Amino acid sequence: MSSNSFAYNEQSAGGEATELGQEATSTISPSGAFGLFSSDLKKNEDLKQMLESNKDSAKLDAMKRIVGMIAKGKNASELFPAVVKNVASKNIEIKKLVYVYLVRYAEEQQDLALLSISTFQRALKDPNQLIRASALRVLSSIRVPIIVPIMMLAIKEASADLSPYVRKNAAHAIQKLYSLDPDQKEMLIEVIEKLLKDKSTLVAGSVVMAFEEVCPDRIDLIHKNYRKLCNLLVDVEEWGQVVIIHMLTRYARTQFVSPWKEGDGLEDNEKNFYESDDEQKEKADKRKAYAMDPDHRLLIRNTKPLLQSRNAAVVMAVAQLYWHIAPKSETGVISKSLVRLLRSNREVQYIVLQNIATMSIQRKGMFEPYLKSFYVRSTDPTMIKTLKLEILTNLANEANISTLLREFQTYVKSQDKQFAAATIQTIGRCATNISEVTDTCLNGLVCLLSNRDEIVVAESVVVIKKLLQMQPAQHGEIIKHMAKLLDSITVPVARASILWLIGENCERVPKIAPDVLRKTAKSFTSEDDLVKLQILNLGAKLYLTNSKQTKLLTQYILNLGKYDQNYDIRDRTRFIRQLIVPNEKSGALSKYAKKIFLAQKPAPLLESPFKDRDHFQLGTLSHTLNTKATGYLELSNWPEVAPDPSVRNVEVIELAKEWTPAGKAKKENSVKKFYSESEEEEDSSDSSSDSESGSGSESGELGESGEERDSSEDSSEDSSSGQDSESESESGVQSKRAAKKNSKPKGKSGCEDGEKENEKSKTSESSNAESSSIEESSSDSESESDSESEAESRRVAKEKEKKTKQDRNPLTKDVSLLDLDDFNPVSTPVALPTPVLSPSLTADLEGLNLSTSSSVISVSTPVFVPMKSHVLLHRMSGKGLAASYYFPRQPCIFGDKMVSVQITLNNTTDQKIENIHIGEKKLPMGMQMHVFNPVDSLEPEGSITVSMGIDFCDSTQTASFQLCTKDDCFSVSIQPPVGELLLPVAMSEKDFKKEQGMLTGMNETSAIIVAAPQNFTPSVILQKVVNVANVGAVPSGQDNIQRFAAKTVHSGSLMLVTVELKEGSTAQLIINTEKTVIGSVLLRELKPVLSQG
Amino acid sequence: MIHSLFLINSSGDIFLEKHWKSVVSRSVCDYFFEAQERATEAENVPPVIPTPHHYLLSVYRHKIFFVAVIQTEVPPLFVIEFLHRVVDTFQDYFGVTNVGDQLPTGQLSVVPWRRTGVKYTNNEAYFDVIEEIDAIIDKSGSTVTAEIQGVIDACVKLTGMPDLTLSFMNPRLLDDVSFHPCVRFKRWESERILSFIPPDGNFRLLSYHVSAQNLVAIPVYVKHSISFRDSSSLGRFEITVGPKQTMGKAIEGVTVASQMPRGVLNMSLTPSQGTHTFDPVTKMLSWDVGKINPQKLPSLKGTMSLQAGASKPDENPTINLQFKIQQLAISGLKVNRLDMYGEKYKPFKGIKYMTKAGRFQVRT
Repeated sequence: MSSNSFAYNEQSAGGEATELGQEATSTISPSGAFGLFSSDLKKNEDLKQMLESNKDSAKLDAMKRIVGMIAKGKNASELFPAVVKNVASKNIEIKKLVYVYLVRYAEEQQDLALLSISTFQRALKDPNQLIRASALRVLSSIRVPIIVPIMMLAIKEASADLSPYVRKNAAHAIQKLYSLDPDQKEMLIEVIEKLLKDKSTLVAGSVVMAFEEVCPDRIDLIHKNYRKLCNLLVDVEEWGQVVIIHMLTRYARTQFVSPWKEGDGLEDNEKNFYESDDEQKEKADKRKAYAMDPDHRLLIRNTKPLLQSRNAAVVMAVAQLYWHIAPKSETGVISKSLVRLLRSNREVQYIVLQNIATMSIQRKGMFEPYLKSFYVRSTDPTMIKTLKLEILTNLANEANISTLLREFQTYVKSQDKQFAAATIQTIGRCATNISEVTDTCLNGLVCLLSNRDEIVVAESVVVIKKLLQMQPAQHGEIIKHMAKLLDSITVPVARASILWLIGENCERVPKIAPDVLRKTAKSFTSEDDLVKLQILNLGAKLYLTNSKQTKLLTQYILNLGKYDQNYDIRDRTRFIRQLIVPNEKSGALSKYAKKIFLAQKPAPLLESPFKDRDHFQLGTLSHTLNTKATGYLELSNWPEVAPDPSVRNVEVIELAKEWTPAGKAKKENSVKKFYSESEEEEDSSDSSSDSESGSGSESGELGESGEERDSSEDSSEDSSSGQDSESESESGVQSKRAAKKNSKPKGKSGCEDGEKENEKSKTSESSNAESSSIEESSSDSESESDSESEAESRRVAKEKEKKTKQDRNPLTKDVSLLDLDDFNPVSTPVALPTPVLSPSLTADLEGLNLSTSSSVISVSTPVFVPMKSHVLLHRMSGKGLAASYYFPRQPCIFGDKMVSVQITLNNTTDQKIENIHIGEKKLPMGMQMHVFNPVDSLEPEGSITVSMGIDFCDSTQTASFQLCTKDDCFSVSIQPPVGELLLPVAMSEKDFKKEQGMLTGMNETSAIIVAAPQNFTPSVILQKVVNVANVGAVPSGQDNIQRFAAKTVHSGSLMLVTVELKEGSTAQLIINTEKTVIGSVLLRELKPVLSQG
Repeated sequence: MIHSLFLINSSGDIFLEKHWKSVVSRSVCDYFFEAQERATEAENVPPVIPTPHHYLLSVYRHKIFFVAVIQTEVPPLFVIEFLHRVVDTFQDYFGVTNVGDQLPTGQLSVVPWRRTGVKYTNNEAYFDVIEEIDAIIDKSGSTVTAEIQGVIDACVKLTGMPDLTLSFMNPRLLDDVSFHPCVRFKRWESERILSFIPPDGNFRLLSYHVSAQNLVAIPVYVKHSISFRDSSSLGRFEITVGPKQTMGKAIEGVTVASQMPRGVLNMSLTPSQGTHTFDPVTKMLSWDVGKINPQKLPSLKGTMSLQAGASKPDENPTINLQFKIQQLAISGLKVNRLDMYGEKYKPFKGIKYMTKAGRFQVRT
């Protein structure tokens, strides 16, 4: 990095002066400190002049230099007055740099800093969201206690800002204000509570961060947002993901019961084997009784894709989540991802290896397949090497030990001696852990005793000593060998170990021991203290067992020890003499001297240093340090009984779901995000454990508890619902909400204990009525009609008057949540089996676009995508190949004029179906079709969703074609409901009226509808209309008029639908379009739907 | 989270500091310097250092330590990953010119990783499939462990908001993948197709791992004979590098590096091609071989002078190998096609394959 030398030169130029200045900041006036160094003074004068100048370029230059000074740690505080003047500069570059300066020095110059506050207060109201956000950022970074109330106010206002980016910054400001003034906690919690409800993926991470910092114990604030957070997770930016995952891990441990079966953690089943049958049974019962809370499952499932993140912190966060809350049988998936991280930088490796070390102690099996990934390379840094060694030791078992020992042999020879020594320790541990190889290891270690490197030999001696202690009887030979080593080895620890070993076993080597004592007595004075102590011990032991030969020697040694320079040695000498040499003064203890010295000593336990780390949550700083870090939040134990799960139910009205045709209502559309377009489909087909997508949802029976539950589930998971409810309440319809509120607990109770029976009966009426209307409406949507078409290219403008949208158009803002893909005109991903209402990034970021372009017509996202699919080919007629299609209401990627159609192919045979493709096409004039790419093969029970595009030329004519496999061809046809020939358009009420004014006379058709008043609430009408036709809602200033706008896919002609409520349960339905044929067909379809109750 | 950040260069100067909350005195870095001294080598400085009031989390890159000061519990990888991104950004920013002329602009876009209004006169998209072989080869030439790590690096310069799909002939090869956030994960799950709106410019689209089950072809071999004799103060040294399984492609850019034992005082060697150096202080031998000619295999032979009187080193040095093979992805991975949706123009598309040595070690 070139910056390095550059910066370094600069600093050495300014040199000591700056150092002085730095220290002097608060006490001495800075100019005084600088006064001595005229060059510096001049420099600053020069900067001041530049700041006073009229030219922005000069100011900018000056600010760049000043910010440079700050970065280098030089004191630039004396420039404060000159800099602060520029806070109101029109030039955004200068402004930014002044902000940087202010944040650094405001705390030191509080009075002057206050001068700038009004500028920020003004900027907080700026129409440009970037300026609003940065004003808030600076304001909250100025650590001046006097402005706390102003900050509080600003945060409150920003938390309600229309721009998600500003709201995100509000969440950041919360933490800053809290650190400046913790007394604001209660008020800040209120803001956090509000922001937690935010549907934006942009805000989610930041507010959870604020939550963790300010009120991590207020777990109750999470309940209602839990499902939303789980569902948003994949779309949140990566840093936010880490924070949310850690928080949700803690949450899960307080709210769900343990998914771990007893004895699950044990590697062997021995324990169970010996248990009595009864016990086993009991356990089995208990096991059976456990059913994972669907919310628990939701979290585990939704985090899984993040294991593929490029961000190591995200991967680690998911890994620790799985470790701490997933059933043990599912934890295995994290190994591969963690091992992948080992390719990363050394710092990442270091942390990941530490965590693997902890995991591998408890669950060898997880990492055993990756054994070789932990092999050490000579180029690894030592700290990485030792960690890898640690893991290899943990993974060692009977099966792999021989391979490992061979690998260890290489390590022992390593030039990195510290590492070689660690390897020897490791071999010792393997020897104690795996009894089969104890002898092999011991022999290997003995061979190492003749190694040239002293460190290796010394370490071997120490390890052998520990090993022999465990089974001393058999190893007289080794002890003799080691005694010989005493002549050559000089490392004190090793010498001490040998002496101790001989002392302990002096009766087994009766000839050698006294000789060793003789030799060491000679060298006593020149030995290390550690060795001297052991010589004394050896002497004492021999004196007690073989006093005939060694009495004099020992006394000689004791005399030497008496006059030693070291206090400890003199002390020990005195102690030993009193104990072993009987005299009149020696107390009763000397009788027991032999017992004291030659007591059986317990063998040392060779344990992993990671043994006790598992009580820290993995992936945390505390785990890495193995001590509790400041602010560490303990992971609670699983509760015995789960707290009430209904606290997570969100009481909002779910617009789309509840009136989805019941039979087709699939769970799929509840989860939707950028990454997960097809997730649910797979899940429901391959995993039976998904208790959420219960059978009820597919049974098609109305009023069933399963069905009800399903929808309530969705309503809470589907974050769009929350926004729907907002829009509803805005339009002032409360009665409906009340009804729905009641129906929610009912759904829940159906699957639980039925404790809310009362409510159930109360509300069952209304919900039944509703559901029947649903069914009819859906079947109606299939009715047919014809129409003509003309060609005119469809132009998709992606930018829109944001202001209008945000301020006056709650529907498009909140309800029509965009899928990221649709926002980009023609860039829909091909295979989306379930495009759905999505709270996606785009919706958030929509508001961020600073563009001021104002085209009137722009395609918006579908308000609602009906999940109704139509049979294309029945499996009976398709020889086991079943196909169904539906309209995802996405702009088609294959062509501007095409309607996109998703086809789901199912193989119901027990054989592969190969080469599924589209054969001959029989299309009416002008119609075009973009076929899907042939499917090479479809496994039995397999299902695949492919997408194609059909240009229906704005008509409801049938597109017939052949669906072929390798062997057969089946004639099939698709006929589009008229409502699917449209694309929703976002426009303002004013534009709508203007366009409508131009489409009168023969371009207008209308009908009068009569129905019960409860069918004329805005939300019901909206639901009904969008189910039939892919139209966009137009914000309305009048309660009694609802407007919808769309354009035809092929020709791009406008299709304007108006529903105007009249007196006495009637309403007028008006359709304005130049495509009169489609218009009248649409009118025909809408009329019965709207009049149904 | 991160309280302050200090940048420390190789001579131990704090040359840049940044504070996000209150100002933390630079003296906190003294704890870091202490640890640095203890570690002797830069890469052994622990990434996490506790001090009485703070925690210092650091990364070491480009001979600069980036030291973050933390006050409370935080996932350490969060900080470490972030610091690495900071370095990446610096590299990007300072890479082209010494100091950027333009201040960075905060730009918000519909697609967070792509700015709006991108325009090019020449629309082009290049993809480099780069595979690295990590291997440990033992004394006898057999493979102890070998795996392939691959990346697809892209340089995409396309106007507007293009939506790309990239498919493989044999996606099953990819055992473990991690994506740039732009890649639609579910599409990959269901169809094994990479579908994405690319960021503008250079980015890493995908990293992958080829499962160890597939036997890894080792494209080179090293024949070595390194011997120290107890009696003599001279040792013999000879290595030869040759091609093994290269699918008919040339092996280029070969370099050999080896850390010789401490007892080696000097080496007098003659290469059959290329240049070599031996640093008597660090005991590092390096040999820049260049391209391997299969007809005339490159070799390096000669003698080593050993410390007189010292016993012979009991280990032989490990040989680290670098090489490149153009036009080949050693795993056999092949891109099938690249399609663009969402824009009308025809972009120029290019795919390049390359295989390199990753951490490739030969034990002797």
